[in-house]
Amino acid sequence: MKTRITKIRKSDCVFFGIILILAALIFAMQIMTGSKNAAYVIVRVDGELTASYDLTVDQEISLNGGTNILLIEGGKASMIEADCPDKLCVRQRAISRERESIICLPNKVVVEVAGSSGSMDEPEDKSELDAVTN
Amino acid sequence: MKTKAAYLGVFTALALIFSYIETLLPLHPGIPGAKLGVANLVVIVALYKMGEREALAVSASRIVLAGFLFGNLVSILYSLAGGMLSFAVMAFARKRDIFSVYGVSMAGGVFHNMGQIAAAVAVLDSYSVTYYIPVLLVIGVFTGTLIGIVAAGMLKRLAALDIRI
Repeated sequence: MKTRITKIRKSDCVFFGIILILAALIFAMQIMTGSKNAAYVIVRVDGELTASYDLTVDQEISLNGGTNILLIEGGKASMIEADCPDKLCVRQRAISRERESIICLPNKVVVEVAGSSGSMDEPEDKSELDAVTN
Repeated sequence: MKTKAAYLGVFTALALIFSYIETLLPLHPGIPGAKLGVANLVVIVALYKMGEREALAVSASRIVLAGFLFGNLVSILYSLAGGMLSFAVMAFARKRDIFSVYGVSMAGGVFHNMGQIAAAVAVLDSYSVTYYIPVLLVIGVFTGTLIGIVAAGMLKRLAALDIRI
């Protein structure tokens, strides 16, 4: 009985394989549907779309009233500061590909890369961008 | 009854120490929600050596205590979603004898990550986290395998220990 518990079974290997295949399939789907020439990051706070920023312009942005600071540099966006204790979003790697995101769960801030082809209403966001860019 | 309480306390303390050690490990692959899940080792051993109710108690107490010590209320919610889904799947797989401890641990790792994604979707009210499903599936199955190997080693060595009360 005990050996059956601690001995690798065929079902274990099948599960391992299914998960890897499933992951590969979803990943392939993402590659095919997502474009690489992303131009914007959009910022959501508590699910609400609050702003969008140009990825081609190097800038440092204060988000959500200063709880998080986002850095855009060389076409990549990364969170450089957060006031939460775990700082998981700061440790996350820089994002540049469409639909990649940086998430600060405690502050409910999501920064997501959006494609250039999207229906981004530019003029409205541009004004906000100017107000907070330094 | 007294011994049962003592064992539950020891298991919970051990799981809590593992949670703490994990916060010290510099393992940050830069992917949200990715972690080794060493504390699950204790939950798995409790599941096999004590039973479902006991393992569930250890897991839930560990999450709440670790959350207050090293996280916050939001992170408790998030890890409870992962921990409870993971536990439900592991307990089911063990009861139905679908997998050995390796498969149970893999399923635990995978469903922990999926539970966290579900919680993140609910909390953030945004589907952007679902982008990380494939990478978190792979990470979950690999960390689950690692924990499974250690858990199997522990169960072999603890074979003589009878703490099912």
